[in-house]
Amino acid sequence: MSSLAVDKVDPAVGAAPGAAQGPPLRRRVALVPTLTLLLGAVYCLLPVAWVVIAATKSGSELFSTFTFLPGTGFTENLSDLNAYREGIYWQWMGNSALYAGLGALLSTAVSAISGYALAIYRFRGRETVFNVLMAGVLMPPVILAIPQYLLLAKVDLADTYWSVLLPLILSPYGVYLSRIYAAAAVPGDVVEAGRMDGAGEWRIFTRVALPMMVPGLVTVFLFQFVAVWNNFLLPYIMLSDDEKFPITLGLFTLLEQGANTPALYTLVITGALLAVIPLIALFLVIQRFWSLDLLSGAVKS
Amino acid sequence: MPNTKHSRFVATAVAVTLGATTLAACGSSDEDGEAQSGPAKLTYWTWTPGMDKVVDLWNKGPGKEQQITVTVKKQASGDTLVTKILTAHKAGKGPDLVQAEYQALPTLVSNDAVADIAGESGDAKSKFADGVWQQTTLGTDAVYAIPQDIGPMMFYYREDLFKKYGLTVPTTWDEFAETARALKKEAPDIDLTTFSANDSGLFAGLAQQAGARWWTTEGEKWKVGIDDAATQKVADFWGGLVEEGAIDNQPMYTPAWNKALNTGKQIAWVSAVWAPGTLTTAAPDTQGKWRMAPLPQWSKSDNVTGSWGGSSTAVTTDSKHKAAAAKFAAWLNTDEEAVAALAKEGGIYPASTSAQLGGAFSEPPAFFSNQADFYTEAASIAKTTAPSAWGPNVNVAYTSFKDAFGKAAKDKSDFGAALKTMQDATVADLEKQGFGVAE
Repeated sequence: MSSLAVDKVDPAVGAAPGAAQGPPLRRRVALVPTLTLLLGAVYCLLPVAWVVIAATKSGSELFSTFTFLPGTGFTENLSDLNAYREGIYWQWMGNSALYAGLGALLSTAVSAISGYALAIYRFRGRETVFNVLMAGVLMPPVILAIPQYLLLAKVDLADTYWSVLLPLILSPYGVYLSRIYAAAAVPGDVVEAGRMDGAGEWRIFTRVALPMMVPGLVTVFLFQFVAVWNNFLLPYIMLSDDEKFPITLGLFTLLEQGANTPALYTLVITGALLAVIPLIALFLVIQRFWSLDLLSGAVKS
Repeated sequence: MPNTKHSRFVATAVAVTLGATTLAACGSSDEDGEAQSGPAKLTYWTWTPGMDKVVDLWNKGPGKEQQITVTVKKQASGDTLVTKILTAHKAGKGPDLVQAEYQALPTLVSNDAVADIAGESGDAKSKFADGVWQQTTLGTDAVYAIPQDIGPMMFYYREDLFKKYGLTVPTTWDEFAETARALKKEAPDIDLTTFSANDSGLFAGLAQQAGARWWTTEGEKWKVGIDDAATQKVADFWGGLVEEGAIDNQPMYTPAWNKALNTGKQIAWVSAVWAPGTLTTAAPDTQGKWRMAPLPQWSKSDNVTGSWGGSSTAVTTDSKHKAAAAKFAAWLNTDEEAVAALAKEGGIYPASTSAQLGGAFSEPPAFFSNQADFYTEAASIAKTTAPSAWGPNVNVAYTSFKDAFGKAAKDKSDFGAALKTMQDATVADLEKQGFGVAE
């Protein structure tokens, strides 16, 4: 997602000249890194700017006026998008929110519990399980879409909301990340102390370990959310009813309308712009959980 | 056809993974779907805009009487849809009806995804031109689909700019080349048109007009004639124009191309009957300045055109109600009210010959308000459509065209060699798929 990159690059660009504020370092502005970062910022921001500006252009302005000259059609584009097939765009938006929100939540829960188990408990086959998961991390989800479709079609779940949600719940990368994070963030001593105090394993997990894992889990959640929000192939294969389409698929049908119908570029561009807004909002809201230092005070080392 | 990069990527991705899982997908055969009419709920995959409104006419009218209800599931068009249909078919979960481009039918038939509805299609044959109907039978006694829309090719040009540069409308391809050269002399910055290596369908249509038959059968074997004399003639003609710089070599359906059309940097377009819709969005400032004429011919005495685009309605082998589905498909594409609604809601140019001069086509398209007889002319051009011959791996030939001709157009190198590459890739793929190929 470019929004991620934007958030990261922007302060960095600002920070480079700031670092050179001390008088002795005055002439020492790191020119090459600054330029590189500026270039990176432009590279990431330019397409975003294009979408923002193109969304303001009416159909006749889109390809005929200067690329970065704002147009006059934004409200018209919005109302066209709103009116297209009785507002099916919002249905797609809602579907995307459901797939991404619920999917990421479920997947984070599964990742948390399995990551914790793999990190804390020692049992036979632990490394094998983990190695299989690592292989899963290397497997691009694209390859799995069709086998998953054939399996879900067998149990009559194709073309349902579950057909998109179920394959998303187990995320090897999420489990991997959770395990690494749990191993680092949940000290064995704390778990041991919980046991001494007579707490059950479930209680230790929910009351002691889980709060410590929150920053890691937030990362897993965000990764999953963005991955699902941008996912295309899985829903494409699974769904045939366009009322269940997520936004990616919906916009695709607007582009590919057959040879005799031109693509609805203005609607797609406006729709794409609106589709990024929830992601940006999510990042802004959740970002602060990243910096929490829950470890402090748990164990003194 | 507007075929964007990402859709091609998706098609490739799906195709690759599909290939990897064919083995895993045996079994699941519910063959008890006795073809019977009566109470039936059908699903229909289509990309035509507004199809739900047309289907409503059926559900409230003839469908209600016969207790056949159809539900539209709108899809994105293109090769990706073919792959999706085949994937669904592997799982035995295909819809009852699908929209399929003519060149995709052999692929669907060879994968046993669409059913023969010869017994249920009634007198539909009489409503269509022979060249159109032949595409749905693949030259056999079977009927695999009912034609829906067609794309007879035509020549579009800027009337005002032709006058300005002192050009006359070419009636033969030789004159077309002369026109391109004359324009270059008059205005070196302006191009008559461009050769687009992105649009395989356009090239296929041009070859079809020249008499090429890319896929034919010889006994039990396929014969690939992509590198035949007729196609070579077409390839050399366009390759020559690109090489000498008489026309542009940039692809169509890009923002740059839109701009070129809109600002009069390109003043003609070899296209099909649906061009007005494309021009409306691509070149909005040029309304009323275009005219349509028949495609230039290879010799003065000829009168043939090719086709670019067009699609049909097919019944799948997965359907449990094939007869009901065939009934709907026939109604959709031959009933007067239905076809008029298709034209109005979906903007299609109907395959049904009587509908081509029906009420929906008494007025020219708004973009061509200056050419009152647009649709009368179009209908008479449509009659001259040459037969086409599609095979089971058109998508491979098309991809190979984009790669080989894309490179040749960019380098302004030999189009004949590119054609050879396309032929070899198509034959190799057929053999790999296990088809017999005749030399």
